[in-house]
Amino acid sequence: MTGSTAIRVETLSKTFDTAAVLHDLSLDVRAGELLALLGPSGSGKTTLLRIIAGLDFPDRGRIVFGAEDATRLPVQQRAVGFVFQHYALFKHMTVADNIAYGLNARKRADRPGKSEIKRRVGDLLDLIKLSGFADRYPSQLSGGQRQRIALARALAVEPRVLLLDEPFGALDAQVRKDLRRWLREIHDRTGQTTIFVTHDQDEALELSDRVAVLAKGRLEQIGTPDEVQEAPVSSTVLKFLGDTIEVEAIAQGGEVRVEGRLTPVTAPAGLVGPVKLYARPWQLQFAESHEAHLHGTVRSSYRSQGRQRIEVDRPEGKTVVVEASDTARLPAGRAVGLRILAGHVFAG
Amino acid sequence: MSEIATDLPRPQAASVVTEGGLVRGLLVTVAIVFLALFLVLPLVTVFVQAFAKGWDAYLAAFREPDALSAIRLTLITAAIAVPFNLVFGIAASWAIAKFEFTGKNLLVTLIDLPFSVSPVVSGLIYVLVFGSQGLLGPWLIEHDIQIIFALPGIVLATIFVTFPFVARQLIPLMQEQGTAEEEAALTLGASGWHAFRTVTLPNIRWGLLYSVLLCNARAMGEFGAVSVVSGHIRGLTNTLPLHVEILYNEYNFVASFAVASLLAGLALVTLGLKSLLEWRYAGDLAASGRRH
Repeated sequence: MTGSTAIRVETLSKTFDTAAVLHDLSLDVRAGELLALLGPSGSGKTTLLRIIAGLDFPDRGRIVFGAEDATRLPVQQRAVGFVFQHYALFKHMTVADNIAYGLNARKRADRPGKSEIKRRVGDLLDLIKLSGFADRYPSQLSGGQRQRIALARALAVEPRVLLLDEPFGALDAQVRKDLRRWLREIHDRTGQTTIFVTHDQDEALELSDRVAVLAKGRLEQIGTPDEVQEAPVSSTVLKFLGDTIEVEAIAQGGEVRVEGRLTPVTAPAGLVGPVKLYARPWQLQFAESHEAHLHGTVRSSYRSQGRQRIEVDRPEGKTVVVEASDTARLPAGRAVGLRILAGHVFAG
Repeated sequence: MSEIATDLPRPQAASVVTEGGLVRGLLVTVAIVFLALFLVLPLVTVFVQAFAKGWDAYLAAFREPDALSAIRLTLITAAIAVPFNLVFGIAASWAIAKFEFTGKNLLVTLIDLPFSVSPVVSGLIYVLVFGSQGLLGPWLIEHDIQIIFALPGIVLATIFVTFPFVARQLIPLMQEQGTAEEEAALTLGASGWHAFRTVTLPNIRWGLLYSVLLCNARAMGEFGAVSVVSGHIRGLTNTLPLHVEILYNEYNFVASFAVASLLAGLALVTLGLKSLLEWRYAGDLAASGRRH
């Protein structure tokens, strides 16, 4: 379903006042894909999205739509659909008028007839499953409904690319999950090239075809959700994608040792000497002292998303979090050993 | 919640910031007496004096050519000054609310200037610039352009005195509304003008109407600044407030108060419409009243 390059971002740089928000950032967006721009706040992801939309302009670099250089193209001529975090619906217009806005704004020669607009609005309302809401006003709708209307409004102009800026950021957790799945469905049905910005890893990994991880205005990694999770290129990516524990280790000849004991983790060629080993909470296991890589005492344990998590204080003062498959509670103060089952190493 | 509350001893007042009955009564009485003495009584006096010699004398005050001319001049002045301030106010608040630029704070301060300067000084400024002894005086005389002691001067002084009204109301409103809706309109292909007409203007319409109402009331009622630049030429450069003063100085009390009653009536209508707008569209007028 994904194919040729729809949008090419070339060595984009942008500075606001004195703070640089994008540094020589390049990436390709494939036609028909659902791409997530994932990064912490201040990573420049929203700025990148606004530059693609034409709501901001870069200091250097180019934006190419297909074969057309769009860097200086005004926003009106870019044919993008933009969905804002806080919906930005026209509150004095009905739902139907909101959706029809882009069609009504066209020059007379390009504007579809009244009945054609009405039909298109009806189709879109069916698509977002809000058929009976044409005559309501935005203030009469819930947050989730408003965001669906905002999406229909953006789709009405048949954009080349759909851009969503933290589309679920202002919604409750449950509504958010429903809308995520719903957006994926809409995407699968329309095949619309879509870029969405999020700081929520789960959202990016669950929803997208590919994830672009941004940090401090640079592209750290771009790849499928599996690729970025299984083969992160840097500790930044790894740490941003979920909870990690960080352990001092020694690498030599591809082998990695923690406190002198060999781990199943392999080091990339050329990485020798003191390194940092990163593991997820579920990549640790309680073990007998003689086969453990780490030692410590239980500080506390709690439940997170139905799984038991135990905080273990290590002698040098650091605390690591372990996710245990069994639900037996370990009393605080109990001495435990931990074995590393998997992980990644990066230069310390 | 309420079941629990009934079991507890009731506090003396409904809320800790509410005063007892005596203090409350005293405060309300003071306020009412004050209002009656300084607002209602003078207003009633205007109408009582105006009708002191009956309907015929009242109406006669408006049959005078000078009075008609004053009414006409006031209407013309307001008809020029109010639209001018409408355009200026929208432009200034648009620039201030939606863009960042150097000198923004200075512009905001300058917009407030007419509120802090005495109207007499405002009028005097124009005399000093455009008067025959003024800065541009010789040039204006040479080209046979009269500003002071003529309609242009009166309009200029009125515009100066009333220009904060629209901008002051719209700036916080527009700042609060932000630019997201306009951006949405632009991404949907609307031109800047189309977005302004279909999105920005409808969002500020009630605030705009409200401020135009107040601006108009002030434009028609302005005395100080206009008095300095008008020259008090009867039948030519007298506005309604100036006409009232002239009649009063000539001991023509009935006519004076009759004309004054017209201005008082305008004030009452403005007040009524203003209250209506505040009651009906409070959310759209207050910057904090956004619905989502």
